[in-house]
Amino acid sequence: MTAAPEASQSRRDSNGQSAAEAIHVENLHKRFGNLHVLKGVSLSARDGEVIAIIGGSGSGKSTLLRCINCLENPTSGIIRVNGEEIRLKADSHGHTVPADRRQIERIRSKLGMVFQSFNLWSHMTLIENVIEVPIHVLKVPRAEAIATAEKLLERVGLGDKRDVYPAFLSGGQQQRAAIARALAIQPRVMLFDEPTSALDPELVGEVLKVIADLAREGRTMVLVTHEMKFAREVATHVVYLYNGLVEEEGPPELLFGAPRSERLKQFLRNVS
Amino acid sequence: MTALPLHSTERARGWLQPHRIALIAIAAGLVLLAALTMRWDWLAHYWDLALLGIWRTIWLLVVTTVLGFLLAVPLGLAQAAGPRYLAIPARVFCTVIRGTPLLLQLWLLYYGLGALFPQFPWIRQSELWPYLRQAWPYAVLALTLSYAGYEGEVMRGAFAGVPRGQLEAARAFGMSRWKIFRRIWMPQAIHRALPTLAGETVLQLKATPLVATITVIDVYAVASKVRQETFITYEPLLLLGVVYLVITGVLVTLFRRLEARIPSRLG
Repeated sequence: MTAAPEASQSRRDSNGQSAAEAIHVENLHKRFGNLHVLKGVSLSARDGEVIAIIGGSGSGKSTLLRCINCLENPTSGIIRVNGEEIRLKADSHGHTVPADRRQIERIRSKLGMVFQSFNLWSHMTLIENVIEVPIHVLKVPRAEAIATAEKLLERVGLGDKRDVYPAFLSGGQQQRAAIARALAIQPRVMLFDEPTSALDPELVGEVLKVIADLAREGRTMVLVTHEMKFAREVATHVVYLYNGLVEEEGPPELLFGAPRSERLKQFLRNVS
Repeated sequence: MTALPLHSTERARGWLQPHRIALIAIAAGLVLLAALTMRWDWLAHYWDLALLGIWRTIWLLVVTTVLGFLLAVPLGLAQAAGPRYLAIPARVFCTVIRGTPLLLQLWLLYYGLGALFPQFPWIRQSELWPYLRQAWPYAVLALTLSYAGYEGEVMRGAFAGVPRGQLEAARAFGMSRWKIFRRIWMPQAIHRALPTLAGETVLQLKATPLVATITVIDVYAVASKVRQETFITYEPLLLLGVVYLVITGVLVTLFRRLEARIPSRLG
């Protein structure tokens, strides 16, 4: 069917049959003390979609991404991953926390997170980094995990670095290894938190290339990024956050080509 | 199959630099001088006792550092990340231990607890009494608590020094708290603490002679005994110095091995 790739391109399938919703965020609020970072944000990622979240610093885009797997606990709102709603409760200090530790751990193990500062485990070689979660969380047999990990490292161009410790690698290599680590859990959704912001300019390209490859093969991804050109190329849907609210969203051609909001126009002028 | 021995002789030749040869010659000369001009005839008589003393010293060191370290991990963790009702007692313990002389702690335990226990008939009738009336359990206890107190502080710093981002990554992949602790946090904290632990373990070795003051016969006590019985002073002390030096050398080598398991990049 030639319609298949199109289905993942458009938000609503023409057949009226939309792809399953991998991530659903509704009316999310996040307060840090008196600071109201997210003021009611909604977001949805269907299977095969690549959602790019853009916005100025302090707009809440990283916080939004980190709320999806409860690295930050949202103050209020609804988060569903694979249709399963994360149960939240208030703790003794009045903070909202996941109600069921097992549930949140299970959900997290389906979300492959890639961080701005890589966060590879520095006491493990690359291959050990990649097999760690499959073996110790997902209970994959060791031999199988190693075989998968070798393929993944090969795929991100680090096949010859499997026994090297992260400290001996460049930022670009570390970030590619971190992507392999996230892929190793066979994630339902990949979450990227400004994956190239900590990299030297000449290393950005190699990481973006790996991410673009993943987008091309139809992986569901949510990507917080400062790389507008890249967002335009790989995203199927772009969300512009301003001051804790979705200011404008839509397909990249429209958002970048014909922005309606004055703030978005301003933002795009400033970053280009 | 000549390649291997050839290789090893080459390596030996590389190691035998002129300055090393000179140092070895000087050391050999000193040993020879000591052997020829000093009195070693007492050795024949005290040989067994000396070996027993060395064994006791090593045994004390190993047991108290292992037990002390097992205590230091929770002490450090409580201070670095624990709730206040655990962090404060842990801090108080470390401060008291580090703020008082080990000799005082040893004597307080031995003369204090050791004098208190016999007053309770149920303790005297218990299975533990045969041990509690000896000196070595108090030595083990005092040295263990001392090591725990110092290393608790070291581990506090080591736990706090593990980058938050790496723990967050573990959390983001669905690891449970215990798994994060066991797989990520503790291994890195220990690795960070290893250079300090190596030095502290050497200090612990050199604290062991204090147990001689509560009648535990370690290698130091053997040297004292030789002096008292034969009036030979220097030779036993010299040998004692060599024994401690050799144990220290072994300790340092072992810790270097452990540290080298994870290569680190300098600069």
